[in-house]
Amino acid sequence: MGMTIAEKILATKSGATRVSPGEIVDAYPDVVMSHTATWRSVSVMKRIGATKLYDPERLAIVLDHISPAKTEKYAKDQQTSRNFAREYGIRKFYDVDAGIAHLVLMENGHIKPGDLVVGTDSHCTIYGALGALGTGIGYTEVTSVWVTGKLWMKVPTTLKFILDGKFAPGVSAKDLMLALIGKLGADGAGYKSVEFYGDALPDMSVSERMTMANLAMEMGSKCVFVPPDAKTADYLRGRLQDFSKYQPVYADADAVYEQEIKVNLADLEPMVACPHQVENTKPIGEVVGTKIDQAFLGSCANGKYEDLAVAARILAGRRVNPGVRLLVTPGSKQIMLEAMKSGILQTLIESGALVTNPGCSACAGDGGTMADGEVSLSTANRNFVGRMGSNKSSIYLSSPATLAASAIKGAIADPREFF
Amino acid sequence: MGNGMQSTIQGRVFKFGDNVNSDIIIAGRYLIYIEPEELAKHAFEMLGEGFPAKLREYDILVAGRNFGCGSAREQASTAIKGLGIKAVVAASFARTFYRNAINDGLTIVECPEVYAAVKEGDSISIALADGKIAHAGQEYSFPQIPPSVRKILELGGLANYLKANATTTGGA
Ligand code: SF4
Repeated sequence: MGMTIAEKILATKSGATRVSPGEIVDAYPDVVMSHTATWRSVSVMKRIGATKLYDPERLAIVLDHISPAKTEKYAKDQQTSRNFAREYGIRKFYDVDAGIAHLVLMENGHIKPGDLVVGTDSHCTIYGALGALGTGIGYTEVTSVWVTGKLWMKVPTTLKFILDGKFAPGVSAKDLMLALIGKLGADGAGYKSVEFYGDALPDMSVSERMTMANLAMEMGSKCVFVPPDAKTADYLRGRLQDFSKYQPVYADADAVYEQEIKVNLADLEPMVACPHQVENTKPIGEVVGTKIDQAFLGSCANGKYEDLAVAARILAGRRVNPGVRLLVTPGSKQIMLEAMKSGILQTLIESGALVTNPGCSACAGDGGTMADGEVSLSTANRNFVGRMGSNKSSIYLSSPATLAASAIKGAIADPREFF
Repeated sequence: MGNGMQSTIQGRVFKFGDNVNSDIIIAGRYLIYIEPEELAKHAFEMLGEGFPAKLREYDILVAGRNFGCGSAREQASTAIKGLGIKAVVAASFARTFYRNAINDGLTIVECPEVYAAVKEGDSISIALADGKIAHAGQEYSFPQIPPSVRKILELGGLANYLKANATTTGGA
């Protein structure tokens, strides 16, 4: 009996020849990421009296949520993180200018296929876009990994998704994921690993794969994999410091899956997640005309270059509706720079957008705060109550294309008329 | 057995539904805190007037599927502890909440039958070592936390566990 990708990676990282679902192993992660939460892990380290790291080279720190600091408290916490990185010689340290941790780590070649990556963020599943096992943990556990090098992990069962066909114009990876989350529910993949296959994959960009691996968290996935292919290798060539370490891990042909789910991309239409649960998804037709006050284009789910480009294509030569504030937050500095050079930022600004500094921004409730009764459409991955301001405001989630179309109309709109 | 875990936990339950996410348990704007008391002041305040004060009158939270879903914020379990809640019994937990609760020394029990059986204000008794919950003359079984992981809970959380094992940590 063969192994799935998650089983293979957990076996390798725990020094076993094979593992099976349900088994608990002690695994040694290759990368332990901490973001704005870093100071909390530093405080735990002090509390337990630890002064040595298992391996400083495995730590990656990115100050992304609430950046730059907006209060003295944040400033002090960031200072703690900065000082820690300096004191312990953390080379993968990125300050408030860099952008969202997930995107920054991948862009800078710190994640490769077969890696085990843990971090203080539930959307660590995104690393599966490059064939790595990424999963979220709390800040105390991050300290534990810093100090001991390892953590206990339960080997998950695996779901297999087979994607065939091609998206219709105006439909994208975000719509696919919202459709899946709506169908399977917020715990449809709870505790499970997810592997994506099918004829559709070779044509899907790394950016789309990131959106998929990111959003799969919202159905409870422990980790997600898009098996590496030519696109993965192209993305990582020039980014990995040592490309000879590019060694993809694939599932065995006789690996055992809990369930197989087939999707034909051609059957999908633009989807929207309605307040206040991501699983509360509806086809665009059922929500068209819902008035919006704010549109947020950003986040680790859809603040990538391609996402900005899709929105810019729709907004070019058009104006954002006067009733709408369009906030654009590039996911990282690299993305922002690229969008600046290609003219995308100019297009967005000319259409009426407010472009902010890279980072989590409104997705983490940092800026773009909403008042009572206001409605925001967002390309992020969560629409929970009060996540972007007042507990009496509401958030809808959509693709960048739907967002751009809606920003023009002043109400949720079907992007297909712009394609 | 250490200071973190009593062998029997009993008390009155407050009942939630499915998919209680960690943003509801503690909003992002309070993540600047890590102290249980400070977090407890704002726990569940999204639920409206009367929260979180109301929850302090209960001992055990009972919830449906996927309790603690969403963000990996550890402060969700810390906030619940800060309210004086002794255990959370749910039909199922989101995995990051499950881990964080253990690491925080908060007792968690997966038992869909109890969720179906109890109503708000009922009293239940959880016998941890036996893996049984008593309610209204009925007894329900729940799966035990694996022994290797239980050690963390028994010591009152991961920080205590690390301190206790300080001689073996520190690595390369
Ligand atoms: S962009 Fe949003 S979802 Fe992504 S890491 Fe930042 S706060 Fe979390």
